[in-house]
Amino acid sequence: MKTTDIAIVGGGPAGLCAAISAASSGARVSIIERNNSLGGQLNKQTHMFFGSEKQYAATRGIDITGILLNEIKKYEDRVEIINSTNVVGLYEDQIITLMENESKYYKMKPEAIIVATGAYEKFLSFSNNDLPGIYGAGAVQTLMNIYGVKPGKRVLMVGAGNIGLIVSYQLMQAGVKVVAIIDAAPKIGGYLVHASKVRRMGIPIYTSHTVKEAIGSSELEKAVIWQVDGNFQPIPNTETIFDVDVMCISVGLSPLNELLSMAGCEMKYVSFLSGFVPYRYSNYETTISNIFTAGDSCGIEEASSAMVEGYLAGLHAAEKIGKRHPSFEERVQDYTSQLNNLRSGPEGRHILSGINQIERRRDYA
Amino acid sequence: MRIENHPILDFGNRKTIRFYFEGKEIEGLEGDTIASALHANGVKVLGESLFKHRPRGFYCAIGNCSSCLMKVNGKSNVKTCVTMLEEGDKVEIQKDKGGLE
Ligand SMILES: Cc1cc2nc3c(=O)[nH]c(=O)nc-3n(C[C@H](O)[C@H](O)[C@H](O)COP(=O)(O)OP(=O)(O)OC[C@H]3O[C@@H](n4cnc5c(N)ncnc54)[C@H](O)[C@@H]3O)c2cc1C
Ligand code: FES
Repeated sequence: MKTTDIAIVGGGPAGLCAAISAASSGARVSIIERNNSLGGQLNKQTHMFFGSEKQYAATRGIDITGILLNEIKKYEDRVEIINSTNVVGLYEDQIITLMENESKYYKMKPEAIIVATGAYEKFLSFSNNDLPGIYGAGAVQTLMNIYGVKPGKRVLMVGAGNIGLIVSYQLMQAGVKVVAIIDAAPKIGGYLVHASKVRRMGIPIYTSHTVKEAIGSSELEKAVIWQVDGNFQPIPNTETIFDVDVMCISVGLSPLNELLSMAGCEMKYVSFLSGFVPYRYSNYETTISNIFTAGDSCGIEEASSAMVEGYLAGLHAAEKIGKRHPSFEERVQDYTSQLNNLRSGPEGRHILSGINQIERRRDYA
Repeated sequence: MRIENHPILDFGNRKTIRFYFEGKEIEGLEGDTIASALHANGVKVLGESLFKHRPRGFYCAIGNCSSCLMKVNGKSNVKTCVTMLEEGDKVEIQKDKGGLE
């Protein structure tokens, strides 16, 4: 059976940073990514990032991948990159099953595992929500920014959070008309800068509105929206109909971490972290020894925090298997204070109280 | 429906790849997945639901949801949103559970 010191599942920002810090601690690392290239969500973010300078704010997401990959190159002798390979099994004895190119299965026995599998897009229930033409906002972003294909001609964006606003802007950049952005909440959830940008392009934003139904025989042809009251109940006779061939659903993400449940990690639903997340110790280790996690897979946040969590998980996982970084203490302290800075705003307070619900303390007695 | 001019991204000159959809020859570009090439040709319906036979298109485009399963070169249940297009691929709409080849 194939072996390695640390297997990292998922090559997004969290996984790449975990690889960098584990390798710099002297561990042999295997990064396993189901796509044919590394970078995760970063690869489709054509906008300049928000966040703080240490996490490359004002750099485009697509360029951050390159910066991280250059860093990884320094440890070429120790880092193995396994692309186009899906991890389909993770067991209590830390054996993982890999499926290469959707066809070849094999097993690996690492000494420690870091799960950094990211997130999946939530769905919304309304009648005919399964019509082709109704896509996740991230899917539309992938289609446009990675493959250069337009999703359609006229789009209704559902969700006015940052992702909904950013993807609307990117649709217009690609030459696709966004007829409206709607959100059930009474206020726009995303940052004001993004909202002003799309408004300047002439896209109306309807708050307190949700989707009533989709219409179309084999593909989406029309979308019907209606207004909701303060309790999110629809108000009859407030319908508006749009002629659209695409509807983008951008109502949030949930942590993607079935592998952790499969391995038997104790999990809990925490709304501040947007779904089921594993209980973990302050060193990012789950309730199963030597299985660690970082990034969106243990709570939806941002690429900036995913990177710092990745660095921390990498340092700790390496330390656990006896490869302690020479400046372990300083680094842990530095990254921890970076995380605290990132979480100093109102959003961050939610994240912190979410983490409070799942962070376990070690009883050394 | 390809993006022609983009203020930030340059998709370069990509080689044409010929493939078959439901027996008809169409074209995709190097770097396409099967689903992106079909979409560029205006094909949004990729399959049918198992019981009610409702049309199915892709949803997540990153291999999470299985909404894009098709039959490719005789093999069923291929996730076309993450499978790279290859010259001569025979892509068909799958209307049943499919089987092991
Ligand atoms: C439109 C949009 C705009 C955003 N803008 C910003 C911004 O401006 N600033 C910011 O800080 N953040 C932003 N974010 C958020 C940021 O992209 C994510 O928080 C970040 O990418 C999370 O990193 P991650 O490594 O945890 O997960 P991901 O980037 O999702 O990476 C996870 C990786 O794991 C792989 N994977 C999953 N399961 C498996 C498996 N079983 N086997 C093998 N591989 C697997 C996936 O293919 C993927 O490559 C934005 C997100 C979106 C969608
Ligand atoms: S569209 Fe979700 S798996 Fe292909």
